[in-house]
Amino acid sequence: MSDKTDKTEQLRLSVFKTYKLYVGGKFPRSESGRVYEVTDAKGKWLANAPLSSRKDARDAVVAARKAFGGWSGATAYNRGQVLYRVAEMLEGRKGQFVHEVADAEGLSKSKAAAVVEATIDRWVWYAGWTDKIAQVTGGGNPVAGPFFNLSSPEPTGVVAVLAPQESSFLGLVSVIAPVIATGNTAVVVASERSPLPALSLGEVLATSDVPGGVVNVLSGRTAEIAAPLAAHQDVNAIDLAGADEVLAKDLEIAAADNLKRVLRPQPVDDWSATPGIDRMTAFLETKTVWHPTGSLGASGSSY
Amino acid sequence: MPTTAPNAAHALADVTASDSTLRSYLHGLPGVDAVGLEARAASLGTRSIKTTAKAYAIDLAISMVDLTTLEGADTPGKVRALGVKAVRPDPTDRTAPSTAAVCVYPDMVATAKQAVAGSEVKVASVATAFPAGRAPLSVKLADVREAVAAGADEIDMVIDRGAFLAGTYMKVYDEIVAVKEACGTDARLKVIFETGELSTYDNIRRASWLGMLAGADFIKTSTGKVAVNATPANTLLMLEAVRDFRARTGVQVGVKPAGGIRTSKDAIKFLVLVNETAGEDWLDSHWFRFGASSLLNDLLMQRQKLATGRYSGPDYVTVD
Repeated sequence: MSDKTDKTEQLRLSVFKTYKLYVGGKFPRSESGRVYEVTDAKGKWLANAPLSSRKDARDAVVAARKAFGGWSGATAYNRGQVLYRVAEMLEGRKGQFVHEVADAEGLSKSKAAAVVEATIDRWVWYAGWTDKIAQVTGGGNPVAGPFFNLSSPEPTGVVAVLAPQESSFLGLVSVIAPVIATGNTAVVVASERSPLPALSLGEVLATSDVPGGVVNVLSGRTAEIAAPLAAHQDVNAIDLAGADEVLAKDLEIAAADNLKRVLRPQPVDDWSATPGIDRMTAFLETKTVWHPTGSLGASGSSY
Repeated sequence: MPTTAPNAAHALADVTASDSTLRSYLHGLPGVDAVGLEARAASLGTRSIKTTAKAYAIDLAISMVDLTTLEGADTPGKVRALGVKAVRPDPTDRTAPSTAAVCVYPDMVATAKQAVAGSEVKVASVATAFPAGRAPLSVKLADVREAVAAGADEIDMVIDRGAFLAGTYMKVYDEIVAVKEACGTDARLKVIFETGELSTYDNIRRASWLGMLAGADFIKTSTGKVAVNATPANTLLMLEAVRDFRARTGVQVGVKPAGGIRTSKDAIKFLVLVNETAGEDWLDSHWFRFGASSLLNDLLMQRQKLATGRYSGPDYVTVD
C-alpha cells in the first residue's frame, strides 16, 4: 500500500474477504475455529480459508439429509429452473470468478474468462438434463403378462463429492451439477490448494433459489474431511474425483461399510470437453413398478 | 437415600395451614435473578464432556428417558412398538440400557404395561385432563384412578395454571394433594407446571415449592404441547428448588424436564446442571428423567458412533 502515490489510494484501506464454509444455507466458520493460508499459483498469499474438521463434515451431512426430501421431491422441471438460475447468477459475478480462477490456477485473464464461461455453460447444460434424464435411463419394459412395467431413475441420496484438485472451478461445477441435477444433495470438499472459487460458489448458490443444504461446501485438508464422510453411515455415495490413488483406496474401503456407491477417480485431461451423462447416472437408482394394464379381457371388469 | 414422605409431615407443615399462610410463604421466597440464572445455565452448558465421560453420560441419559408418545393418533400398535423400544432401545447392541419408562395416555396404560412386562421399564401415564387440565376435579381424579387401576407406575399430572396465575394457590395445592391420594402408595406422582405458561421465573420457583409442599415425587417442567418447554434455565431453577427443599425438610424430590430436548448434546448439558446443582444423588433414573421421544434416537446414534468410530444415521435406528 505504501508504494502508492495517489493520496486517496493511500487513505483507502482495502477490505479483505473472510471466506467461510457454506453449510445448510448458512455461512459458518469451521467448528474447529481453524483456518489455513491459501496462496496463488506462485505462492503469494490470497486469503485464509476455513480448515474444516470432521464435525463440520458431520454437520454438513445432517444439512444435506434434511434437504434431500424437498430437493428430490421437487419436480425435475423445477430443479432445471433452479439450476438455470444459478447460471444466471454466475453470469452476473463473472468478474469475481475470473479473478479467483486466474489466481488459483495461474491463468491469464483471458484464459480464466474462457474457463468461467465454460463453467457457466456447464450449469446450463446440466440444467437442461434434469427433466430429460428420466427418458434416457428409464422407460417401459416389455413383459409377458397383462402389466405395465416401468423403470424410472431415482436419486441415490446424500452424495459426498471430493472436487478435483487442479480444476478449481470448471472441474468443481462439473462434479457438483450432475449430482444435484438428478435430485441428490451434496457435501462438497473443495480443492485443497484452491478452495476460493468453491467457497464463492456457495455465495452464488445461496442467492439463486437452491434450497439450503442441497449443496454444502467445505474447505480444508481433503484427506481429513473425506475420511469421516467415507465412513459415515448416512452418506449414500461418494465421488472420489479429488482423491489421489492411495487416499481413494482407503476411502473406498471405508465406504464399503454401508455399501456406498463409489465413483472412482478417473483421469480427466480436459474438463471443458462435453461430459456425457455418466456422472449423472453414477448416482441414480432404478425403481421399477408393475401395474396392471387397463383391460383384463372380455369377461373381466374394466379396471 | 431419603425417600418421599407424605405431605405436611415435615418442617413446613404450618405453611399450608391456610390460603394466606401459603400465599405469604410463596411470595416470601427470594426473587429469581433472571440474568444470573440464564448466565449460570449457559456457562454450565459449555462444559466439554468427551470419550469415557461421554459414554457414561449417554448411557445414563438413555436410562433416564421417559419414552413418550402423547398423540391423538396413538394406536395400540404404536404403543407396543414404543414399549419394545424402551426395553431394548438398540436391538443391534444388547449393552444399551433400557429407558426408565414409557409415557402414554391413560387409555393406553394397559397396552403399554403388557409391552414392557418382565422388564424394569415403568409405565407412566399423563392424567388430570392432560395437557390443559381444564376439567372438574372429579373428572381429573377419575382419570388418575383409571390409570392407576390399569397398572400405571407413575402419574404425570398437570396443575391448574389458571388457578395458579389467579393467585388461588390453595386450590392448586388441594388438587395436587387429592391427586396424590388417588395415586395411592404404589404410583409416584409427577407434577407438571407447564413453565411456558407461568410467565416468570419467580412463578416457576413458587410453583416448584407449591408442588413439593403438596407431596409431589417429581416436579416436571412442561407438557411438550406449548411453544416453550424445558430450557436449561427453568430446569436449573427447579433443580435449585429440590436441592433447597431437601436441605429444609430432608425430603428428596425428582426433576423431569420435558419437551424440546432432542440432541445428546442438550441432554448432556442437563446432566451437567443436575450434577452441579442438585448433586450426584440426583444422577439416577429414580430422581431425574427426560421426557422425550426423538432424543432417544440421537442418543443411540451417538452411542453407535462411540462404539464404531463411524457417524451413524437415521437408517440405523427405528422410525417412530
